[in-house]
Amino acid sequence: MTKSGSTKGLKAGARKKRRLYLMLTSLAVLGLAVVLVLSALEDNIRLFYDPTEIAEKDIKPGQNFRLGGLVVDDSVERLEDNGILINKFDITDGNETVSVVFEGLLPDLFREGQGVVTEGALNTSGVFVATEVLAKHDENYMPKEVIDSLKKRGEWQRSADDTDKTPTTEKDSRS
Amino acid sequence: MHKFANPARFMRLSNIILPWTAAITVVLFGLGLYYSLVLAPEDYQMGNTYRIMFIHVPAAYMAQFGYAAIAVSSAVGFIWKHPLADQAARATAPMGAAFTALALLTGSLWGKPMWGTYWIWDARLTSMLILLFIYLGYIAVWQTIEDQARAAKIAAIVAMVGLINVIIIKFSVDWWNTLHQPATLMRMDGPTIGGDMLAALLLMIAAFNMFFITILLWRIQSLILRRRIRSLRMQIGGGQG
Repeated sequence: MTKSGSTKGLKAGARKKRRLYLMLTSLAVLGLAVVLVLSALEDNIRLFYDPTEIAEKDIKPGQNFRLGGLVVDDSVERLEDNGILINKFDITDGNETVSVVFEGLLPDLFREGQGVVTEGALNTSGVFVATEVLAKHDENYMPKEVIDSLKKRGEWQRSADDTDKTPTTEKDSRS
Repeated sequence: MHKFANPARFMRLSNIILPWTAAITVVLFGLGLYYSLVLAPEDYQMGNTYRIMFIHVPAAYMAQFGYAAIAVSSAVGFIWKHPLADQAARATAPMGAAFTALALLTGSLWGKPMWGTYWIWDARLTSMLILLFIYLGYIAVWQTIEDQARAAKIAAIVAMVGLINVIIIKFSVDWWNTLHQPATLMRMDGPTIGGDMLAALLLMIAAFNMFFITILLWRIQSLILRRRIRSLRMQIGGGQG
């Protein structure tokens, strides 16, 4: 801060060093605190539970939570009940499977083999009654033409490709 | 005098660089938009809707890059008391906030048709919203504290503490399960996008980067000029009194 005097200059250098160490240690302490807080809040920060955790946790019927996973191939049924559209499908994480019923319109990206996040509660017979269904998009982007030509040559296996790359299944294999 | 020498040199240098960065920005945006809207093919699942990523991804990237830049220059300003570093950090903040808002807005517009909702409180979206608030808080510190040296110090501390949130944003999609998908570009096994789609995305990121640099140089110039005007005013005021 002061410009003159060699002793003062030395002191300024020492101050800089002290500021540097002070900053590094306080950031390290703060980082540690944040890590502790976040790991304590893990259950609140996560958006959804997967079918395996639901089987393990023994959740009471009627308790609201989010369920996420992949829609099982060939499991989607659309029923008309007195003019109301009811969708039935299964959600899996590759380990456990939960049946879901949902009344209403599904999002555009909802497809078999695709990740979804649903909100609702289990009923007494263990079926998940969803009040909201959201489609998850994966991190893969590909031109339509490429997929079409892959399909023509029979090299496109979307379910295999999806289970490899969707984060839901990654997390299951870790836990 | 040494304190003023650097800003003066900065003014000279930036005046030479600015026309070039401005020209490169325009060219990159032209190319990037042509690639994004014409050359890049439709996505196999999302059709044309995915094209919003060519704004969304660069904006989100710049929001975090801008914040990292603020944190680094704040640290330099805080430890070595370099006035130009403080000004650079200050000049970056409104841009970073604008990029964050743009990323949130485009993400929301993209989320409705694809996910089925404008907003969800998942880890990625929430940490991004927090980034916007940190930016606004950082700007507010500069605005409310009169004494510039004190403002620089407190703003620098805010900036460095907030850096933790940027780390959380980056890894939120890996640490917790979220509705937002994991990274497409910055991943260990290479990007999961290719061809003209990747080219379009990289061109748009480059364009956003050059735009950022251009505006940043302009903003630092105007902040330096403002400081000069202020000190000149004080000199005049002192002479009269």
